[in-house]
Amino acid sequence: MIAVELRKLARRPRTWATLLLLDLLPTVVAVLLAVTHLGPRPGQGPAFLSAVQANGALFSVAALAIVLPLFLPVAVAVIAGDSIAGEAQGGTLRYLLTRPVARSRLLVAKLISVLVFVLIAVVVVAGTGFLVGKLLLGGQPESAATVVTNGSSVTSVSGSTLTAGQVAVRTMLAIGYVALSMIGVAAMALLLSTFTDSPLSASLGALAFLIGSSLLLTLNAARGIAPYLPTRYWLSFIDLFRDPILWRNVERGVLLQFVYVVVLLGAAWANFSTKDITS
Amino acid sequence: MIRTAGLTKRFGQVLAVDNIDLDVRPGDVYGFLGANGSGKTTSVRMILGLVLATSGTVELLGEAMPRGGRRVLPKVGTLVEGAAAYAHLSARANLDLLDASGGSAGRRTRRRRIDEVLEQVGLAGTGKRPVKAFSLGMRQRLGLAAALLTEPQLLVLDEPTNGLDPQGIREIRELLLRLNAGGATVFLSSHLLTEVEQMCTRVGVLDRGRLVVQDELVNLQALTGRSIVHTTDPAAAVAVLDGRVERRDGDRLVVRADDPAALNALLVGQGVRVRELVAERRTLEEVVLERTEPGTDRVPS
Repeated sequence: MIAVELRKLARRPRTWATLLLLDLLPTVVAVLLAVTHLGPRPGQGPAFLSAVQANGALFSVAALAIVLPLFLPVAVAVIAGDSIAGEAQGGTLRYLLTRPVARSRLLVAKLISVLVFVLIAVVVVAGTGFLVGKLLLGGQPESAATVVTNGSSVTSVSGSTLTAGQVAVRTMLAIGYVALSMIGVAAMALLLSTFTDSPLSASLGALAFLIGSSLLLTLNAARGIAPYLPTRYWLSFIDLFRDPILWRNVERGVLLQFVYVVVLLGAAWANFSTKDITS
Repeated sequence: MIRTAGLTKRFGQVLAVDNIDLDVRPGDVYGFLGANGSGKTTSVRMILGLVLATSGTVELLGEAMPRGGRRVLPKVGTLVEGAAAYAHLSARANLDLLDASGGSAGRRTRRRRIDEVLEQVGLAGTGKRPVKAFSLGMRQRLGLAAALLTEPQLLVLDEPTNGLDPQGIREIRELLLRLNAGGATVFLSSHLLTEVEQMCTRVGVLDRGRLVVQDELVNLQALTGRSIVHTTDPAAAVAVLDGRVERRDGDRLVVRADDPAALNALLVGQGVRVRELVAERRTLEEVVLERTEPGTDRVPS
């Protein structure tokens, strides 16, 4: 069933259009930077963008930071929100279930196909970022990338240098962390997808959940619940590029995503396995 | 093949299906009749385990549903409330995905089975055309092809001729009867009386969620105790029959007579020339109208 779901995903033109669009924004940013040489001052604008002026190799991480707040969650919410609700709306859900495909198996297969999409999306964005960074922004000597990190409010420079090998490893970790952050979105959209027969409602519902979380994070009065909000640690992958790596927020981010995923998927399973399929 | 006991479904305040005991036997072509909104589709969905019953049980090919679905559903072909397919894919790609999803009779025979069913339903020539370019009738044929893909013992079909033209309806009817002759049991839900009358051996009639009739079609089409006589000499016939004529339209007489043969002998013996004489049977329509109330889509004030 997993193979079938992956085939369905691969044969949808929408999947490829989404990946293309995800790559477009970082590429446009890179082109603009290369043409104008007007990078944001350190500590302002999207993370890492001030650093990539010096070294294009870091642009893969900068590309992730560019798509992470909105583009990537939108893409994931669209694909995951469509998973069950799309089959329901198209009427194919009843034919899958009477084939029969066990409901829990269908849910797991859908989840895995979404995860594969997330991973491919993140890797492709990072890869494209790396390529356009190399091509357009060029590189300083690879051995000495000066890493500028985007601290809480003021510019903070760790100052030390990272070797190319270290940058590569940390970029891999960052890819993994960003992918994991998206699983929470996917789980939320999947849960909503089991409740409604409209894929649009499921996707928008998941996005509302994220926008709500981001909004609360800006509110002083919500500080008490901030550590439990799903988007709280999203940008913590930046900490992977400090020297030494600041693991605390990354660890909390991983744990928090894990809790969200377990709870949301549990709810999705409980709902879907006992639901009357009237679509 | 299908047996339900006290099957009931309540959606909130609405009692959609009320305590029905269906009995579909091997070899039947069972017609499940009912007006729109009478609970046919909900019943079919409960039989297939899509909707969970509020109370009562469903037995499908000897297994309790929905628990036994994993074992018996591969032997059941379904068409529920219209066909559905992935619109951007071809007919063949759709069937291929569906067969790979589950309940398959095997990957090695997949290609052959897909060729066969596409041929059977008359879609063999659609090639790479995506389903979104299909007409309603073609989509319905594809839905039937999907139902036939696993060479099922039982076909559960909800309004299978929906969207087909008269030729298509006839073609599908002949296909279903051929499959039935080959040993498959057919359970067919419809609101079209003529369709059921032409095809089915057994009939169940649903009215507002209750099963009001379940019997062999021949028993329902019982003799009425009247004969219809066409004669070239109606006035003489009326005189001979003396008060037994219930109605007269030109040369067509409706005559009370338990034995049509005796009636014929009497008329001919008296020199009345009979052009046509037939024992009157009740039509399915009469039975259904007699046992059901006006449709549920009428909402009087």
